[in-house]
Amino acid sequence: MKRLLVSASLAAMMIAAAPALTPWSSSALADVKQGGEMTVTFKDDLITLDPAIGYDWKNWSVIKSVFDGLMDYKPGTTELVPDLAESYDVSDDGLTYTFKLRHGVKFHNGREMTAADVKYSLERTCNPATQSPGAGYYGSLAGFDDFQAGKAKELAGVQTPDDYTVKIVLSRPDATLLHLMALNFSFVVPKEVVEAEGADFGHKPVGTGAFKVAEWTTGQSITLERNQDYYKQGEPHLDKIVFQIGQEPVVNLLRLQKGEIDIPGDGIPPAKFTEVMNDPKWKDLVIVADQLQTGYVTMNVNIKPFDNVAVRQAVNMAINKDRIVQVINNRAVPANQPLPPSMPGYDKSFKGYAYDVEGAKAKLKEAGLEKGFETDLYVANTDPQPRIAQAIQQDLSTIGIKANIRAQDQGTVIAAGGKKDGAPMIWSGGMAWIADFPDPSNFYTVILGCGGAVEGGWNWSWYCNKDLDKRADEANAMTNPADTDKRAAAWGKIFTDLMTDAPWAPVFNEKAYVIHSARIAGPEGIFADPIHIPVNYDAVYATDAQ
Amino acid sequence: MSVWRGLVRRRVAMVGLVVAVGFVVLALAAPIIAPYAPQEMVPGGMTADGSPLPPSDRFWFGTDVLGRDLLSRMLYGARTSLLVGLVANGLALMAGTLIGLTAGFLRGVVGSVLMRSTDLMMAFPALILAIVIASLVGPSVKNVILVIALVNTGPVARVIYAETTSLAEREFIAAERALGAGTARILFRHILPHLLPLIIVWGTLGISTTVLFEAILSFLGVGVRPPDPSWGNIVFDGQSYFQTAPWLVFFPGFAVALLALSVNLVGDALRDLLDPTLRGRH
Amino acid sequence: MPAYVARRLIQVALILLGVAAITYLLLYMLPADPARMVAGRSATKDQVELVRMQLGLDRPIWEQFGRYLWKLVQGDLGRSYLQRTQVTELLAARLPASLLLMVGAIFCELLIGLTLGTIAALRRNSAVDQGLMIAALMFISTPQYVISLTLIYVFAYWLGWFPIGGYGEFKHLVLPAVTLGLLGGGWYARVTRSSVIEVLRQDFIRTARAKGLDRWRIVSVHILPNAVLPIIAMVGIDIGYFMGSIVVVESVFGWPGIGQLTWQAIQQIDIPIIMGVTLLSACAIVLGNLLADLVAPLIDPRIKLR
Repeated sequence: MKRLLVSASLAAMMIAAAPALTPWSSSALADVKQGGEMTVTFKDDLITLDPAIGYDWKNWSVIKSVFDGLMDYKPGTTELVPDLAESYDVSDDGLTYTFKLRHGVKFHNGREMTAADVKYSLERTCNPATQSPGAGYYGSLAGFDDFQAGKAKELAGVQTPDDYTVKIVLSRPDATLLHLMALNFSFVVPKEVVEAEGADFGHKPVGTGAFKVAEWTTGQSITLERNQDYYKQGEPHLDKIVFQIGQEPVVNLLRLQKGEIDIPGDGIPPAKFTEVMNDPKWKDLVIVADQLQTGYVTMNVNIKPFDNVAVRQAVNMAINKDRIVQVINNRAVPANQPLPPSMPGYDKSFKGYAYDVEGAKAKLKEAGLEKGFETDLYVANTDPQPRIAQAIQQDLSTIGIKANIRAQDQGTVIAAGGKKDGAPMIWSGGMAWIADFPDPSNFYTVILGCGGAVEGGWNWSWYCNKDLDKRADEANAMTNPADTDKRAAAWGKIFTDLMTDAPWAPVFNEKAYVIHSARIAGPEGIFADPIHIPVNYDAVYATDAQ
Repeated sequence: MSVWRGLVRRRVAMVGLVVAVGFVVLALAAPIIAPYAPQEMVPGGMTADGSPLPPSDRFWFGTDVLGRDLLSRMLYGARTSLLVGLVANGLALMAGTLIGLTAGFLRGVVGSVLMRSTDLMMAFPALILAIVIASLVGPSVKNVILVIALVNTGPVARVIYAETTSLAEREFIAAERALGAGTARILFRHILPHLLPLIIVWGTLGISTTVLFEAILSFLGVGVRPPDPSWGNIVFDGQSYFQTAPWLVFFPGFAVALLALSVNLVGDALRDLLDPTLRGRH
Repeated sequence: MPAYVARRLIQVALILLGVAAITYLLLYMLPADPARMVAGRSATKDQVELVRMQLGLDRPIWEQFGRYLWKLVQGDLGRSYLQRTQVTELLAARLPASLLLMVGAIFCELLIGLTLGTIAALRRNSAVDQGLMIAALMFISTPQYVISLTLIYVFAYWLGWFPIGGYGEFKHLVLPAVTLGLLGGGWYARVTRSSVIEVLRQDFIRTARAKGLDRWRIVSVHILPNAVLPIIAMVGIDIGYFMGSIVVVESVFGWPGIGQLTWQAIQQIDIPIIMGVTLLSACAIVLGNLLADLVAPLIDPRIKLR
């Protein structure tokens, strides 16, 4: 359920600020020799590598190494560049996108990829029979509704004038379309293999990407091998990547220290964090990157007393965000608005609600609740979420709010959030919200817009502001590339205006800490790519092969 | 009160009894003697980068991952853990013994129905059963006790059943029957006393596993609600820190083991004192 | 005997049916919605309903369960909602590892438990007895996570005698089996001690002793077979607990068994997997208990199978 992307963040911003630091280009790495291998570990299984289905932070970037889409992000940034497409054109009304495909790109089975494959792949994702969790993103494609309902055999919005041209026609302007073509759900799959493998395609994937799956031992390991025919010269650098599945993060760290593995994919466990960061041998092998993530508390505006804006503001002022950040070993920065700092549209000048216990008490008094009240705080039951919830609970108790913690499995919490009178408060950690693609709209439509405030939706605060929805639509219609900054500013204003009504209490923006062995390396800032977690597998090279 | 006198005479058992009673007293006195409130995140209770503090003058048992005083949490936690350990375990023992004894002695249709129901109950993997029930009934101490009792009844019933069937075949029972002894008499005068040692061993052993099982339930969301402490959830929350902050595991772990040990010492003595074959020999 | 086994096997089938029905009902009653979990967070309400229809979750529960059973008797446990893989395939891939660990663990439990328990009983009330029983209690009271990580640190990381987790060879099995064996061994030691003491008091042992029979002969021929009955029943029960305790040990040692699969499936409400695992372990438990019942009369001829 939870998608996780690392943002352009630190790396990208540094590059922008200091041109002296040359951004990565293939020429800079021309000297890197191919060869060598690395081992990455995860506690949980990768489940599937089907790009239409895989939707968690572990398989997301592996899929990016096995498949390609029409668009991609420039390594180390959130800047869109053509990938399987050579170039693209946008019509003046912003409703037609024409992609010219690269010639000679081959699937792992040797067949050349053509426009028909692109069409097939998009239709497959949008076909309800595929049950793709990403289908909802493609609602702006012409004919989407008819295709989903089974009224049309083809998705009218995807046309193939010739083998190397794909035309995407929209039913409404959508400024996020190019991002959608860089999203895994649009990645290109070969029809004949998908049909032959059926539902097993997720374990026997065939794509056009830098690596191909050589072996998959269920529940134990997955081995990727270099795609010799990869269309990008000199990429990838490694011959082989082995993913080992099923061991505790603490033990994986131990294996790293013993030299058995190269990257513990689950990161540094909290119990060992201070120790590792103070160890001269290891602290330089830790890469820190911001994520497009915000941790927040939702307050359901349908449930008393959160229908009163003063109460919601009081909660915002009562939470000691610095202490919560301290509780998670300072692996985050305090947040004051829904957007994370590295997302376009983030308003640096916005102050939000400062920590102010007396002010919070005054707000409660204003609402006639100076004696406080009792409520429920839902939270996912995986560490460290219950811990964070307890810190929030403590803060709320200082202004007289008694919040009972309901620590339950994700599914139960998500279900409670999607009910109109289900959950008064939810701590979002572990379930939401990490952007699927680096665009501010991804932080609004589903989780703060009226469209998400429905039974079974993800807008757990049930906040619905028609005026903001209208402004969001307007911002999304700004498809002209010249309007990029204007659009970002419009979005930023939507989020800061929204904080006046305070349906959320934003708490922090998490940072990712990736530790790796000295055996592997990569160019700074590309290694911990904004779009790939824990690292960009294509960019890694082995130091012992040099 | 010959049992009591027998107990007094056994010094080891008395030590166990004193320790066990001591735990109860500490639990009851928690609000008076605890230096901090159990849920209070004490200012200065963590290092700047969020690590717990080791034992010191200020925090005798150190602090936990949220900067709370561990001693205070353990004192309050003793209340929950003792309650869950004693009641849940007691319920499981009573229900299990009743089912096992009845089924083992009567056999026939009743026995078969009872044991097959037990099999059905036990055929569920305990973990999955607990999680599913957890999601359905919601968290409270009462539900914790019921879930643990439910999961533990089956095994007790089976062990008692196995022992009872074996006893029922023995000569002395057949002799009693031949002498015209009634079912109730055989059950309570002859079979139950022979089962007592087994029941006591299970009962006293069950204390520590029950306390730890409660911790797993807490983790799954049906246990004691955070921030209320129990020994189980203190161990559970701290266990991944056991190298960097061993006090988080050591103190509560030691408390669980000490409680189990003291209860077992008393149990061993009681077993000997109550054992029909040994009666009067000490 | 064959008639008894046949009757018991029918009972086994009925129990499994009961387990399937109750689990299905309980999962159906859960507040979490699997269709939403599959449809993803960008899905509209209509898309969720489409997914619900395809998974057959819009049907009345008896119909859903009927379909499930019909497929079940054909050996089809359905496909995982999220992994899209055949559940039978997922289980088959992990079953051998779990069974191997179970056998190893039971062996360690019995070895530790019977040895410690018998020694303690023979040296009753001595310092040895008390020391062993305290050790047994420590094994029972220490969380598995702590035991397994300690074993890894000492024997794998520092001494390097065993690999830091993994699967495939005998050396991988030792540490996880010992971890589980210590926990269970503590229990078995206590029960064995109690049981042996019980037997020691009986007349035939006193007779044997009076006859001056060899000490180890008395233990191995007269005492253990008589004392082992409650232990046999416990091994049957153990299989049930095994599912619960295996999750932690598997993830510490990276053992590719059922526990991991279960844990992930529960977090994601992947009903076909939860059902499959429940039925599989129910099978193991019920057959384990049947086996325990069949073995009992071989050890204690006074018990008759009825």
